[in-house]
Amino acid sequence: MKIEVAGENALILYFSDEVSDASSAQIYAMTQALEALVGDGIIDLVPSYASLLIIFDHSRYNYYSLKQYLQTIIFQIEAAQQTNSNTEDGDAPIITLPVYYGVEAAPDLEELAINAQLTTDEVIAIHQAGLYQVYAIGFAPGFAFLGQVDERIAAPRKSTPRKAVPKGAVAIADRQTAVYPSVSPGGWNLIGLCPVPMFEPLKTPSMPLATGNKVKFEAISKAEFISMGGVL
Amino acid sequence: MSTNNLSSQTKSGLIVNNPGVLALVQDGGRLGQHRVGLTVGGPMDPFAFRWANRLCGNDDNASVIEVSIGGFVAEFTQATQIAVTGAEVDVKLNNQAVEQWQTLSVNAGDVLKLGFASAGCRIYIAVQGGLQVAPQFGSSATVVREKMGGLSGEALSKGTSIELAPLEAKPMLMMPENSRPVYPQNSSSEKAYKIQPLRVVLGYQADSFSRVDKAHFFSSEYTVSERMDRMGYRLTGPECRSTISNMLSEGICHGAIQLPPDGQPIILLNDRQTIGGYPKLGSVMARDTARLAQMTQGNKVFFEAVTIEDAHAINLLAEYKESQIQLLSLD
Repeated sequence: MKIEVAGENALILYFSDEVSDASSAQIYAMTQALEALVGDGIIDLVPSYASLLIIFDHSRYNYYSLKQYLQTIIFQIEAAQQTNSNTEDGDAPIITLPVYYGVEAAPDLEELAINAQLTTDEVIAIHQAGLYQVYAIGFAPGFAFLGQVDERIAAPRKSTPRKAVPKGAVAIADRQTAVYPSVSPGGWNLIGLCPVPMFEPLKTPSMPLATGNKVKFEAISKAEFISMGGVL
Repeated sequence: MSTNNLSSQTKSGLIVNNPGVLALVQDGGRLGQHRVGLTVGGPMDPFAFRWANRLCGNDDNASVIEVSIGGFVAEFTQATQIAVTGAEVDVKLNNQAVEQWQTLSVNAGDVLKLGFASAGCRIYIAVQGGLQVAPQFGSSATVVREKMGGLSGEALSKGTSIELAPLEAKPMLMMPENSRPVYPQNSSSEKAYKIQPLRVVLGYQADSFSRVDKAHFFSSEYTVSERMDRMGYRLTGPECRSTISNMLSEGICHGAIQLPPDGQPIILLNDRQTIGGYPKLGSVMARDTARLAQMTQGNKVFFEAVTIEDAHAINLLAEYKESQIQLLSLD
């Protein structure tokens, strides 16, 4: 764990050099521990793959006082994780997202399957079998980067991005998967549609996911997709 | 979609006749929402923004109109008080020239017209009581990329009407001349005008830049390119590259100096994406990004490294100085 300066009122915690379950759990715990201070000394938090950016109110903290405070929290988290290591306590919640993988909802599924030398059913089975970590939220409001996708179904971004990826599109790029929260340009491979809204500005919470959560995908039928509000 | 016209058909306020280059509703910014991927938005020049509000007797973070470059025209449908601060621009009220940095009284039917900035880039129009715009995620700040804030998440356009608070006349005030910022001239002959350095707190991947590249960066002049907007300012000048070619995306703070593989710096500003995967050298102090945001294509900048301790001291001193500014009475 390293604490580095990011800016005049920001510091960044690097938990490791690469993504790992252990650092994801620490980032999640740290974000949870600091969330209550957002608006009260801490201006904002940006948890990401292996780091946590902390933007602070410089009338309340300076770099050194905040660093010292963070070190005490880190110590507590590490101690708690050691005592909890044999239990499931303190683990991030698992959210299940329904996906309709039907042909009309999955324009890139067949090509991905061919390139992977798998059947489309195998791709769907492998995508559903994964338990994914929410690594980061960004790029657009409500866009959650999930990983790691099984190497067998990892696929590079399309050479020509689509001008408009539909809202709810379930997609794969390299070893990441995501659900597009709204219509936007995008180069990811589209393999299904999720009827659960990823970003609803008027609701609290506005997103079903938070960084650090775990996500499972579950296949649903076309009828279920429509009955859950899905639009084809 | 906008929720600000709940009240009635008889609401009064102002009607935009011409938005000019870019006119946006802005308040202090959308804070604490990075976790759902929302950026901050807010005024590119917080000093000019804050004092526009103070000249109207408003809260510091009341909603105003931020005009980039100029060309904005609006008609008031009620009496109120306004103030225009920021970039130097011809301001006319019913075709009569009026002053910036002071409270102005307007009546129903008056037309406010801005020319194009002769020095600086961001102009602030505050209105007594603040623009009555419903907040989204706690803020009226417009971020067009996110379709968030303002009126339906859009820039102001011809015919947009904005509700204002009923007039509660406040003292007529003026910013002392010597407390007003000096903005860089926009005429091409004077573009090279040297300004104070942009102060940088080294951080993030600073150690991944060679000593030579860093020395180059801090001893060279960079030019504001045509790719300058509310997300960030791309500069051109000597190339500066990190030895890191592949990194995990991480949170980006205000003023972060991002160096993509082409070696040309991008200073990330109010509407930046909240995460990104290019190496960063550190971050420009916010009081200097406010000066950068007042620059246009062709302006020259240079950088100076300061320690985090210096940055705290600079901010405390600047805040003290600003607290000593006394608005003058025009009554």
